[in-house]
Amino acid sequence: MSSYNLTHLKELESEAIFILREVAAQFEKPVMLFSGGKDSIVMFHLARKAFHPGKIPFPLMHVDTGHNFPETIKFRDDLIKETGETLIVKYVQESIDRGTAIEETGPNPSRNGLQTITLLEGLEEGKYDCAMGGARRDEEKARAKERFFSHRDEFGQWDPKNQRPELWNLFNGRKKIGEHFRVFPISNWTEMDVWQYILHENISLPSLYFSHKRKVVNRDGVLLAKCEYITLNKNEKWEEMDIRCRTIGDMTCTGVCMSEANSLEKIIEEVASTRITERGGRADDKRSEAAMEDRKKEGYF
Amino acid sequence: MQKTKGYLDMELLRFTTAGSVDDGKSTLIGRLLYDSKAIFEDQMDQLQKTSEQRGEEGINLALLTDGLRSEREQGITIDVAYRYFATPKRKFIIADTPGHIQYTRNMVTGASTANLAILLIDARHGVIEQTKRHAFIASLLQIPHIAVCINKMDLIDFKKEKFEEIRSDFKKFSSRLEIKDVNFIPISALNGDNVVERSKNMSWYEGPTLMHLLENIHIGSDHNHVDCRFPIQYVVRPQSKKYPDYRGYSGRIEGGVFKKGDEITILPSGFSSKIKSIDTFNGPISEAFSPMSVCMTIEDDFDISRGDMFVRENNQPDSKQDIDLMVCWMNTKKMIIKGKYTIRHTTQTARCIIKDVKYKIDINTLHRKEDDKSIGLNDIGRISIRTTKPLFVDSYRRNRNTGSIIIVDEASNETVGAGMII
Repeated sequence: MSSYNLTHLKELESEAIFILREVAAQFEKPVMLFSGGKDSIVMFHLARKAFHPGKIPFPLMHVDTGHNFPETIKFRDDLIKETGETLIVKYVQESIDRGTAIEETGPNPSRNGLQTITLLEGLEEGKYDCAMGGARRDEEKARAKERFFSHRDEFGQWDPKNQRPELWNLFNGRKKIGEHFRVFPISNWTEMDVWQYILHENISLPSLYFSHKRKVVNRDGVLLAKCEYITLNKNEKWEEMDIRCRTIGDMTCTGVCMSEANSLEKIIEEVASTRITERGGRADDKRSEAAMEDRKKEGYF
Repeated sequence: MQKTKGYLDMELLRFTTAGSVDDGKSTLIGRLLYDSKAIFEDQMDQLQKTSEQRGEEGINLALLTDGLRSEREQGITIDVAYRYFATPKRKFIIADTPGHIQYTRNMVTGASTANLAILLIDARHGVIEQTKRHAFIASLLQIPHIAVCINKMDLIDFKKEKFEEIRSDFKKFSSRLEIKDVNFIPISALNGDNVVERSKNMSWYEGPTLMHLLENIHIGSDHNHVDCRFPIQYVVRPQSKKYPDYRGYSGRIEGGVFKKGDEITILPSGFSSKIKSIDTFNGPISEAFSPMSVCMTIEDDFDISRGDMFVRENNQPDSKQDIDLMVCWMNTKKMIIKGKYTIRHTTQTARCIIKDVKYKIDINTLHRKEDDKSIGLNDIGRISIRTTKPLFVDSYRRNRNTGSIIIVDEASNETVGAGMII
């Protein structure tokens, strides 16, 4: 009987596929959020597996801050062309133009927080009743208590103290009109699992994840890539370094790391020996100890 | 550290830890995470900063698991927190649950998916009510393996006699429960004795360290590979040029092994057919077993939809509407006898009426209270329900996947109860 054992990656894959199918079965109009980062690329790959040989029965949605790495956008568009799946893009700029979002000012203005507004507007406009995201519980401590099926009220808010208990593999997606769910199919994956899975499945990624030369500035210990949205402060300067991204987000707040890892095998070695968490380089999490919890309550991913 | 190839062969073990702050649970988890290098430098920095701000001596590892602001403020864990670590042999998922009596529902939640439970006993106090409650829940939820860690051995001078006395007390008590595989380990979480490293202070102990047990305990038989159960989750119909007539039944195998060419019976219709193919994105496979997610096609063209189940003709679940179950109530709104609720079982949704409460269990003494029929938050009792349509059920003891249900309140849509079919 011992041959009937799954490896941990297969078991995690099976769990994620189960969740994705459950979403397709339980919700009327689900949507999958896609950022162009490795976690959403893995989630997209899992969705293709879950509904094979059919198409994915829901569209992808990208909330575009306008401050993306150009490599991310190219990768996103190529992926959609290659797979023939459907992508919806919502622009933070449009929320700003409408006046529902107000641009931050200062030397380090970030549109990261504004994504929440555009996201909620996009969900409401499309009447989506479930938005899937690639968040993982190992990323941040407020996420460690997140459910697979996470209920949001009519304002898109998360109430962490009043979450529905989640038992066995029985997921409760019942809701009132106007409410929606956030669902996280790869909740139980760690950064290492994601990388191992990418290697195992031979999934292609944006070039940003691999070591390359780029001009960066060191701001409060976070290395930020050169772009038109960042203004140098006094005593700061652009320096060229060998770097790669551990996470990909808005250019204004995604810290890059010095690295010479230019293959998946080398990245895995690096992840195995690194002593800093993935989000340790995210300027948006450094704003306060409960920064993530506060943003999540408002409807952030 | 982990070699690329080795990591791809790893197994997954899910375990739960129940206990309160005082019995050293956070310290134990902190030690497992720390010794397996799952705590990162920036997390350590943040812990140190917060511990200092709060005027605490040393680093408070409990702050690592208390993720929500209100938990940190109150210094208590109020919800299940999931933690992850890996060794070269296995990947581990910890469902860390608070142990206070008012958090029975969280313990039940954490236990529902666990392969193993760690029960912590303070060596100075021995088996107390809380230990009994945790053991009872582990047995009720049929967690396949139990590791009883007798902690704080350093405070009783690592005495063998005391360890043996606690072990025999626990055995005496647990003989009334259904616990299959129990291991007793004397540890000191604070100093690390028998957690990852073998203790130099307890040479009389010849068993494994906790980490050795977690890495090596046999979990291959934790899934049911005997009774074939495949609840249909979603019907895949591409209707594309390449697959104009494809009709695949997707879902997760909740018991047994299915092979291409196998004769199957489809519930509720009772029709028979044969498995034509078992398909995955990476191509067809010849067999699939629990808990794999797959997509099957069959030889015949029947009307099959979500909630139906593929089984074997000579090994079928009970198809019934009158069901007896043990229930753990999870909501402040009490269970209403004769009340109507929505239930979910495998991929089925139905409604039910609560017909009767047979008894409530005093979770400290395990006595059955037959005159107390009031089931409120954190209560456990035996009830009978009638469902609007037949469910295809096994006893929870035989199969956790086809023997479990959740009860949903139809007004608030909240999950209010967890049921284990008798």
